[in-house]
Amino acid sequence: MLRLIGSFTVWASLALAVYGLIAGIVGVRTRNAALSRSARAASYTIFGLMTVSNLAMIAALVSHDFSVDYVARVGSRSTPLFFTVISLWSALEGSILFWGWVLAGYTAAALYFTKDRLGPMGAYANATMLGIGAFFYLLLVRPANPWGLVSPAPLDGPGPNPLLQNHPLMAVHPPFLYLGYVGMSVPFSFAIGALLSGRLDDAWVRASRKWTVFAWAMLSLAIMAGMWWSYEVLGWGGYWAWDPVENASFMPWLTATAFLHSVMVQERRDMLQVWNLSLVISTFLLTILGTFLTRSGVISSVHAFTEGTIGLYFLSFIAFVLIFSLALLAGRSSELRKHGHLDSMLSRETVFLVNNLLLTAFTFTVLLGTLFPLVAEAVRGVKVTVGAPFFNRMTVPIMVALLFLMGVGPMLPWRVANVEELKRKLLVPTLAMIVTLGTAVVLGMRDFWGLLAFAFAAFALSGNIQEYVRGTAARRRAQGGGWLRAFGGLINANPRRYGGYFAHIGLILAAIGITASTVFRVERQATLQVGESVTIGEYTVRFDGMRGQQEPQRFVVGANMTVFVDGRDVGTLFPRLNFYRMSAEPIATPAVRTRPDNDLYLTLLAFNEQDGSTATLSVIVEPLVGWIWVGGVMVTIGALFGIWPRRRAPAPVVSRKRTAGVA
Amino acid sequence: MKSRKGIGLGVALVLVLGAFGYMVYGGIGENLVYFLEPPELLARGEAAYDTPVRLGGMVVPGSVVWDAESINLTFRMKGTGTETIEVHSSKAPPQMFRENMGVIVEGRLTRSGVFEASNVMVKHSNEYSPPAPGEDPHTKYRTLVQDQT
Repeated sequence: MLRLIGSFTVWASLALAVYGLIAGIVGVRTRNAALSRSARAASYTIFGLMTVSNLAMIAALVSHDFSVDYVARVGSRSTPLFFTVISLWSALEGSILFWGWVLAGYTAAALYFTKDRLGPMGAYANATMLGIGAFFYLLLVRPANPWGLVSPAPLDGPGPNPLLQNHPLMAVHPPFLYLGYVGMSVPFSFAIGALLSGRLDDAWVRASRKWTVFAWAMLSLAIMAGMWWSYEVLGWGGYWAWDPVENASFMPWLTATAFLHSVMVQERRDMLQVWNLSLVISTFLLTILGTFLTRSGVISSVHAFTEGTIGLYFLSFIAFVLIFSLALLAGRSSELRKHGHLDSMLSRETVFLVNNLLLTAFTFTVLLGTLFPLVAEAVRGVKVTVGAPFFNRMTVPIMVALLFLMGVGPMLPWRVANVEELKRKLLVPTLAMIVTLGTAVVLGMRDFWGLLAFAFAAFALSGNIQEYVRGTAARRRAQGGGWLRAFGGLINANPRRYGGYFAHIGLILAAIGITASTVFRVERQATLQVGESVTIGEYTVRFDGMRGQQEPQRFVVGANMTVFVDGRDVGTLFPRLNFYRMSAEPIATPAVRTRPDNDLYLTLLAFNEQDGSTATLSVIVEPLVGWIWVGGVMVTIGALFGIWPRRRAPAPVVSRKRTAGVA
Repeated sequence: MKSRKGIGLGVALVLVLGAFGYMVYGGIGENLVYFLEPPELLARGEAAYDTPVRLGGMVVPGSVVWDAESINLTFRMKGTGTETIEVHSSKAPPQMFRENMGVIVEGRLTRSGVFEASNVMVKHSNEYSPPAPGEDPHTKYRTLVQDQT
């Protein structure tokens, strides 16, 4: 029954998406209002259908309906309910089904919030969303069909991939990643809508800005949660390895970050139209490329690619979008004249241009490093990987330069800077930078890029905080009242700007955490008898014996460890190996003690299998890792603050919108 | 005046992008890590030494020496041919490390002919297979269970 509902909803979504796409375009071309209305109705209906389809899948998973192909492959009677529900996105077919739901949601929401205010541009944008939807619903009925019939139905299934049911963060990372990834198709659709309708003013930029910020905030959170997950689960004490899967999520984030900045140059200075369209199109393409890389199995081997056909679908789609978008851009190139020009090198727009150049170079580097092994294997038949040293050597200088720009940008005004005022604003951050650098050198730090990162982080951090302080002080002088009220008034009068600075601060804190935990990481491995201990930094860790316990879906073997800080007993940790029923290999779960100044990270590597008298452990101390997670959350909060709907009448913004909308 | 500025900017952009592209290309070339089997690595002659490699193969039975006290692991690895390479690691092997098992080691071949591994991984497929009879952890590590339920 569930299988029939699920199959029907997916097929119906595909049919409606194709219908809506055609009806939308014909409707706007022939000015047929009824057709246009039916295209919009199709979008809302698809959202309803996909909601039913996803709920049906969750119901099938929870009720262990093993006649459904997807449930037979990822379900298991012994998996706890929580992990059963989230196994909706633990394998290819389910994740595409979930993707389809999110996409249908965005399509309906974009339509709902813009109504038909955007005219032909909005109609084309909706058609574009439906076109993307048609592709994904096609995947769901052909190569990634989750609703296939298994007959006879097995009595039980293997359960989800053990790695994915090992930590609750798996409930956080994928949904946010999809909200971020799929959300990027909204600005893309507005861009295509602008190109198709010929409405090439700033309307598409204004329509898509909030969507981009929202998707970017979700993607930021997803990347951070992914890092946290690999830190808490994979057991090597790191959070980023330039793995293709990580790169896939990072590249669209980089181009979207570039867009969020360059779009301001277009709004303020009427420049970079073609560039912004290209950035939005690239971001969308990179999300599809990322899905292709992670979902087609092409990463483990290009040969996986010939086995499954889904890779071909993705490649064809990428090629189509690329050619279609480039042709549209080329066709409109004569109309996309830029009107503004650069007044001075010493201005905020210059910083944004350099920022965009760096972020593009960053994306290009990561893209090349990610795709190179695929190309090498396909062309030369050799198996290679591009080592992390390549990524680090190429991108660390870029990251350090971006840190510096994050400090300089907020100080510089649009058009041309007043040198005297710039000097005043530079004073505190420069002092902070020099003091930080001096202190680090005196304390014995010699890592060149690490020093530079700390120095620029201090510069940028104080530079951004200074903006709040100066703004609040100025407002208080002008309007009186207390500091707190002036501060609240300031950030609410310009939420986009001060939300942005907050995101900067979050990113800077994360950068400090990344630098400190990379440069000052200490690791020791030791084999301990019961009662023996190992000391690292201020920590002493004592092995008190092995313990085994049976849990519903797994058998756990762990080491009882007692932790002492400077000789004081501060509690116990239980690093363990989890043995899942369907996997011969155990999944290690490290035990992490997180504190603001550093993390103690224990991984159980091996133990005496006869009597549990010895355990081999890896003990790692990493400073400031927690700052990365805090920073990541701050980035998201800052971005969301900037777009949060609020009831107020800030005259300049609204009137600007109205006049531009009329023009 | 304006177009001259434009040309200047264009030339600068091309130069910067060119230099950057060259750096990226060189950077990849230097940091390419080949995935090889022991015979393939040895066949590279002089080029085999001191370059980072991912070595894939089987652990030769009877060759494993693991000193838990000093955390020293040595074993021999073989590929499809008869030649083997001695591997040394000063990290603990994964719990699942066994003789006759497929492993991947990352590191470099030193002049002494020993492959110095920075990382030893058990080769696993994405398809998870249930443990063999008698191998399932519940029976194997029964003695470790304190709270028998």
